[in-house]
Amino acid sequence: MLDINDIISGDQNTGARMIRLIEDRDPSAHEVLKAIYPHSGRAFIIGITGSPGVGKSTLIDALIAEFRRLDKKIGIIAVDPSSPISGGAILGDRLRMQRHAADPNVFIRSMASRGQKGGLSRAAKDAVLVLDAMGYHIIIIETAGAGQTEVDVAGIAHSVGIVTIPGTGDGIQAIKAGILETGDVFILNKCDRPDADAAEFELNMMISMRPASPGSWKAVVVKTRALDGTGVKELAQVFLSHYAFLNQEGRLEKKKKEIELRYFQGLVTDLVLEKTMAALETSKAYREALQKIELNGTDPLSLAETVMGGITISNFNSP
Amino acid sequence: MAINKKIRILIAKPGLDGHDKGAKVVALALRDAGMEVIYSGLHQTLDQIIQSATQEAVDVIGLSIMSGAHLPICQKLKAMMQEKGLVHTKLTVGGVIPHQDIPKLQEIGVAAVFPGGTSFEDIIKGINSLFD
Amino acid sequence: MGVAKYIKNEKDAIKEVIYQSGIKVKPSYGPEDLEKAGFKYEKDLGAPGEYPFTRSIHPQSYRSRAWTTRQYTGFGTPEETNERFKLMISNGQTGLNVAFDLPTQMGYDSDHPLAQGEVGRVGMAIDSLRDFEAAFKGIPLDRIGSGLTINAVATIMMAMYQAAAEKFGYSKNQISTTPQNDILKEMIGRGAWIFPVEHGVRLVGDSIEYAVKELPKSNPVSICGYHIRESGATPAQEIAYAFEIAKAYIENVVQRGIKPEDFVGRFSFNLNVYGNLWEQIAKFRAARKLWAKMLKEEYGVKDNKNLFLRGLFGGGGSGLTKEQPENNIMRGAYYALGAALSGAQTTALCSFDEAYTIPTPRSALLSLRTLEILMDEVGLRDTVDPLAGSYFIETLTLEMENKIIEEMKEVEKWGGMVKSISNGFVQRKVSRQAYEFEKGLQSGEYRKVGVVPVSEKGTDKDPGSEPAAVELHEYNEAWAEKSIANLKELRRTRNGKDVAECLKGLEKAAKGSENVMPHLVKCCHAYATVGEMAGVFRQVFGEWKEPDFY
Ligand SMILES: Nc1nc2c(ncn2[C@@H]2O[C@H](COP(=O)(O)OP(=O)(O)OP(=O)(O)O)[C@@H](O)[C@H]2O)c(=O)[nH]1
Ligand SMILES: [Mg+2]
Repeated sequence: MLDINDIISGDQNTGARMIRLIEDRDPSAHEVLKAIYPHSGRAFIIGITGSPGVGKSTLIDALIAEFRRLDKKIGIIAVDPSSPISGGAILGDRLRMQRHAADPNVFIRSMASRGQKGGLSRAAKDAVLVLDAMGYHIIIIETAGAGQTEVDVAGIAHSVGIVTIPGTGDGIQAIKAGILETGDVFILNKCDRPDADAAEFELNMMISMRPASPGSWKAVVVKTRALDGTGVKELAQVFLSHYAFLNQEGRLEKKKKEIELRYFQGLVTDLVLEKTMAALETSKAYREALQKIELNGTDPLSLAETVMGGITISNFNSP
Repeated sequence: MAINKKIRILIAKPGLDGHDKGAKVVALALRDAGMEVIYSGLHQTLDQIIQSATQEAVDVIGLSIMSGAHLPICQKLKAMMQEKGLVHTKLTVGGVIPHQDIPKLQEIGVAAVFPGGTSFEDIIKGINSLFD
Repeated sequence: MGVAKYIKNEKDAIKEVIYQSGIKVKPSYGPEDLEKAGFKYEKDLGAPGEYPFTRSIHPQSYRSRAWTTRQYTGFGTPEETNERFKLMISNGQTGLNVAFDLPTQMGYDSDHPLAQGEVGRVGMAIDSLRDFEAAFKGIPLDRIGSGLTINAVATIMMAMYQAAAEKFGYSKNQISTTPQNDILKEMIGRGAWIFPVEHGVRLVGDSIEYAVKELPKSNPVSICGYHIRESGATPAQEIAYAFEIAKAYIENVVQRGIKPEDFVGRFSFNLNVYGNLWEQIAKFRAARKLWAKMLKEEYGVKDNKNLFLRGLFGGGGSGLTKEQPENNIMRGAYYALGAALSGAQTTALCSFDEAYTIPTPRSALLSLRTLEILMDEVGLRDTVDPLAGSYFIETLTLEMENKIIEEMKEVEKWGGMVKSISNGFVQRKVSRQAYEFEKGLQSGEYRKVGVVPVSEKGTDKDPGSEPAAVELHEYNEAWAEKSIANLKELRRTRNGKDVAECLKGLEKAAKGSENVMPHLVKCCHAYATVGEMAGVFRQVFGEWKEPDFY
């Protein structure tokens, strides 16, 4: 087992190997996570999401530079999809942040989705926990939205930045699709493009339609040009002011509790699934059912009920 | 949930040479063989390579070198790996590598050498075999 | 790389031929094919030397002048390079092609940590005007032109060349230099880029503008489809991307209020010759025509001389194999034949051992002799464009033209070459093609003689082969030591105040829109180093971040 002291003292090698155990679903990871849990909870966690190619990695690269100027230690978890065909992946996010690679106060970790949607959120969450325990002040998670990896950043991050670009209508579309509620900061990147002002206007309009309760955070639109860093200083400040806002009136504590609750629910779901499946897969009934499907003829719905030993689908509805 | 291991490999081009066709083509082949490839781009310093390999917890570092400097680069990198405790990571190298240098590279501790012209299949087998 | 796809039946008869550019070839061609393709003699062909120059840019082509050849030199120290230059000139060379080491190409001085192990390795190491003075000492720069194989810091080397010439007493309008200066192709293929795309293009624009106004005999840019092809582009893409690159440069210069007519005649191209013979010939013929048409119709260029697609058609490194290297001698000869049948003005042939080592003098000589045999023995000088009028060649040329246009449109759909490179579209496309092709070669889907498909390895179809003897660029620690010692001495003895002032002027120009060239010339005269000048650019422009790759 890895030495948890090495993790909490910030040793990159050990921390990285710990994240490796998490993504490989190594059983020993659980114990270590338990042991480092008490050392976590200090970091400010930012989620950056948006359609592929909108410039998330480039923005994060510029944000790292900005936060480093404020002498913060930065951890990054960048998630890219695995190839559905081979299961492999080329993880390219790091490429755009590579100038920070040799900075000992920056830790960049790429993760492949490995074909698991819910499971990946867990792995990303666990990885954030490791970076948090290692003492990184700010942790940024990059995930592509739009059905790509489906990491539920809002369930992990304290502050969520949604990146869109002018011209495509694509960002606005995503917002219509419901992400609007989860964003704290709306980043309009590639503002070197001609129609940036129109997009900003539209974005502000969309946001103004969000139901706002008194005392709630008012979402902000920031225009950036990640390539040369224009607007990124402001963006960093907006994230920090959101953090300051959260730190008032117990908001952060409340948010953290929500995150913990979801984490707990996710863990339980995983455990139930894991344990039940392990038991089921070795059962005679399950193997017979597989054969029947192979041979055709029996409907999968009834088979599922048979395998579950009398637990019918409708049972789940009752309290 | 079930263990779900994959080979993770960092493909890196150390130094100033910018011929990256080979590195990119191999990256695609390894991806198609089910590996997770971290492509770190051109003009990498050894420090950057070490840090990337550390943070990414890769199983393999794959260097692509065309400049002829493979011996000093591998020697230095291997020493840095030792020093940083990258004991689980294997070093491999491909590119323009004269045959007579292969034993020297092995002596330095390079786990596998893939001179230009090695087939994808042999590269994939070679990497997989490091973890048998 | 570089072969067509042949689909065969069980009896080895060819069912289908598909060229790399995506053109299917029929078993035979006749007049009906020309008609179907809409071929018109006047419009598509015309006489040699007449618009649209499909056949040749000169009416007499090789009848009046055989092709010229180029050799690439420059190694170790400037002094050694100078000796080699002098030898080449005494052997009758009328032009020099200068190679620089990687630190120079990347704008680093010899004592920069990243230069370690690279000083003088693949070309000469240049830190300051002193080195250029040593390299070009005693060379008649009014008669001998120099190609400078440099891109990211081409502006600096152009300025350095002018400064050296001025030191030797030549004036700006006597000298002739052709820096490669094609930064966009570096971003697609060769990787020697430094600054972000738009700043890179701005520097190219500065050098073109400067050449138009101040260096009447210099050709400021040589666009290299060559390296794009080597990176995995098809022949049609090679031309399409080269032309889209040219358009990006033209547009930058036009924005400065200069008319295309005043500068496009100074563009030259460096294009590749390997691959299917017919596809190559059609490519060059279509390219000559398209270039002329594009300049005339889109940019209003009128003077015929400004419509010529000039340049070097040659090389073919990626067509060669490591396996059975002697076969490359044959390949080289056929590539040269292709270049000759395409009407290349200037050519250079890869040496047969180039696939795995630096060419030996013997193999380099063999390349030269191959070219001579074609011109003097085989009869390639007899008549201009001997394939003109062939049903097949003319149909193929028209199809090639359409393919090139199609590929250009795709780039334009993304907003042109600058955008397509910034977002990584072109790089991803060519790398994927290179991968697919390599996979096809290894699986036996494509055949290259001597390359054994994986499935046949170790069977009786595998002749087995000895690993080829690889020799690498010589590296001499003494070069670096000498360069570094010179650099130290230079920094101590030059007028530091002058240098600082010139660099400040350069910085101001770089930050604004003033042309950097005059400032670079001043900096060079003051003995500012390459690293210092490039350092100003690095600081003002930043460095390019490659788009991600997947
Ligand atoms: N014009 C312009 N291009 C930008 C800007 N920011 C990023 N880009 C370009 O957009 C492309 C994609 O950038 P990335 O940072 O890789 O985008 P991403 O959202 O991380 O992409 P994925 O991780 O693939 O989803 C790159 O070619 C960037 O150079 C910007 O502000 N302006
Ligand atoms: Mg990204």
